[in-house]
Amino acid sequence: MKITFTWLALLLVLSGCKPEAQKDTMDFLETKPPKNRVEGKGFSIPVYDFEGLESLLHQDDEYTYVINFWATWCAPCIAELPFFERLGTAYQDEKVRVVLVNLDMAKMWETHLVPFLEKREMRSYVVVLQDPKQNSWIPKVYKDWSGAIPATLIYNSGLRKFYEKPFSYEELQSELNNFLKTKTHENPDHTTDIRSGTPGTGIQPPAAGNS
Amino acid sequence: MALLVLAFSPRQPETAKGYAVGDVATDFELRNIDGNTVSLSDYKDAKGFLVIFTCNTCPYAVAYEDRIIALDKKYKELGVPVIAINPNNPKVQPGDSFEKMKQRAREKNFTFPYLLDEGQEIFPQYGALRTPHVFLLEKQSRGPVVRYIGAIDDNYADAAEVTEPYVENAVDAMLKGEEIAVTNTRAIGCSIKT
Repeated sequence: MKITFTWLALLLVLSGCKPEAQKDTMDFLETKPPKNRVEGKGFSIPVYDFEGLESLLHQDDEYTYVINFWATWCAPCIAELPFFERLGTAYQDEKVRVVLVNLDMAKMWETHLVPFLEKREMRSYVVVLQDPKQNSWIPKVYKDWSGAIPATLIYNSGLRKFYEKPFSYEELQSELNNFLKTKTHENPDHTTDIRSGTPGTGIQPPAAGNS
Repeated sequence: MALLVLAFSPRQPETAKGYAVGDVATDFELRNIDGNTVSLSDYKDAKGFLVIFTCNTCPYAVAYEDRIIALDKKYKELGVPVIAINPNNPKVQPGDSFEKMKQRAREKNFTFPYLLDEGQEIFPQYGALRTPHVFLLEKQSRGPVVRYIGAIDDNYADAAEVTEPYVENAVDAMLKGEEIAVTNTRAIGCSIKT
């Protein structure tokens, strides 16, 4: 079928350059027992509701977190996943953590998610968010997120931005570089919203200053 | 005090595109799967509309198909029909072509018009961001006024587990002339393919 073909094509593109690297763990997440696990050849992925996942969005440490919300049924998400994988590898020595938060429905785990992960052998930390009460948790990720994916949150102790749009690798890298330059405690509460085609819809930092 | 705060705030963010609750929605003339065009103004006796941006290919849209049919059956006779619009560009998402829309509507016995947003001019005016995305409109003297924007209900996975049927609550309140308690909601959905 078409979907399988697309995955196969992506797999072929990727397979030439798969890096060998240590898989990151998120100890703060693993302190709570997950609601469930999605198991496959070579992986066991925790399933959390939003309450279980929330600490991932609010770490105040030396890392920059790149958190991508995706699903196997979302074609633009699948198209940009390799960029997140590549980013994680390229920045593995720079205190960057790439986390892929999967939103597949439970009934798609066995039929779609497991086969997908078995083929792709993701390097990034993958976690499943399973919480049908979306209207309560979506605004807690970012107040103006409509709920459409792909969507990405990047934050560290100094800066926080939300992107409701797909990324190219260059855009992703350029955004991340801004974060690595601004790892301070200046304005941790300001989340900026970047939508495709509509720059600057979120809170803007004052014009004067360091940019 | 409030003035002071405003005066020292950074420049106001650009207004997000699309409608807010209370805005007058644009009418449209879009091709239906039966070959005719459909406009809001065709419905002389309607009290309002459930304009639902949806498509064939998004699993969330598919998960909601039966519930959309049920909404139409329940509210059409009360004067609030469903008008479904596929906002996706079929060149980007071939599964959402006009032919595939016809096919899906036949398979599921859609009871409502299923329109293609050809040229993708309508969904940006409404500010639809994903599928499915509901806009409840009420016919008022100044035009079709947006009364609710968001999700159909609070559980995509299981209709039996729904505790808040947002759209039904909104239409019921609107028809009774009562205030709509929840006017904006969110849900995970597929981005619109442009």
